[in-house]
Amino acid sequence: MRIFSFFLVGIAFGIILTKSEAISWFRIHEMFRFENFHMYGIISTAVIVGAILMYAMKKLPIKTLDGNVVSYTPMKLNVTRHIGAGVIFGLGWAITGCCPGPMFILLGHGFFFAIVLLLSAILGTFVYGVVKDKLPH
Amino acid sequence: MEPLLLESTGVLGFLSQPWHWAVSGTAIALILFTMTWMGRSFGVSMAFKSMCTFAGAGKKFEFFKFNVKDEYWRLAFVGGAVVGGFIAAQFLSSPDPVDISGSTIAHLKDWNIEYYLTTDEGSGLFNTFWFNFHNAGGIVLAIVGGFLVGFGSRYGDGCTSGHAISGLAHLQLPSLLAVIGFFIGGLLMTWGILPLLFG
Repeated sequence: MRIFSFFLVGIAFGIILTKSEAISWFRIHEMFRFENFHMYGIISTAVIVGAILMYAMKKLPIKTLDGNVVSYTPMKLNVTRHIGAGVIFGLGWAITGCCPGPMFILLGHGFFFAIVLLLSAILGTFVYGVVKDKLPH
Repeated sequence: MEPLLLESTGVLGFLSQPWHWAVSGTAIALILFTMTWMGRSFGVSMAFKSMCTFAGAGKKFEFFKFNVKDEYWRLAFVGGAVVGGFIAAQFLSSPDPVDISGSTIAHLKDWNIEYYLTTDEGSGLFNTFWFNFHNAGGIVLAIVGGFLVGFGSRYGDGCTSGHAISGLAHLQLPSLLAVIGFFIGGLLMTWGILPLLFG
């Protein structure tokens, strides 16, 4: 039942990212060319509203379904790792116009080519897992 | 562009219009809220790791050794995203192509991408000019790009949902650095590398 509710949230996510057009290669491309405010508007609204909601959940508090107060386990800060990993991700994002979520959503749209993106991303994840001890963390 | 015009008929017609960015951003924040309320994190790219484990990568590599059952909820979430994409394409697709800026359309023309020809297929949602099974160069590009997305999101421990939305909403410095990295990489590709290939 719990699993099914995550499936439903996933459906909402797929519809929202489609209607926001954040799954569009062209939207991502014009974002990196600074030719439209659209994507910047989406991201900043999501972050600002999200930050207010997260703050409210912690302060009020609105407990999770498990009965816990919302917390976030901070990651260990490593400038090289986080910027470096971000750059690698960004290079791929600008080519494919796709972050991980949209790869799944585009598949649902009937763009079967998204399989290529998904398999490559899974391969990239796998190679990371194999070589991770050689990278700065 | 005038999003969310009220003249459309019915709920489906209303939802089918392109959404204003403020509506979209708020809706995404509500997804973050719902996932958090349900006691889980909002992150998509971890699904790739679970799929590696599912395929047996945990037998040989420590990184993939974990109980995949704990991640079933996330696999259900990305499965839902596929279905959500299907529903959106079938019942909620916009009558007009994605309304990108005129200067982007003009620039794409220089790269031999006639933007409005894409309206037949997906109305500007996917770059089928590059990414189709008849274009070997596009397949190579997609493999390289997809690989970098998968590798980078695991190395940085998060993608756009985990860092740019969830991490920033929790005011996390590592997430801010990752997002700065996303843009350094994206700008380098868009302004430096892609023009060498297509310009």
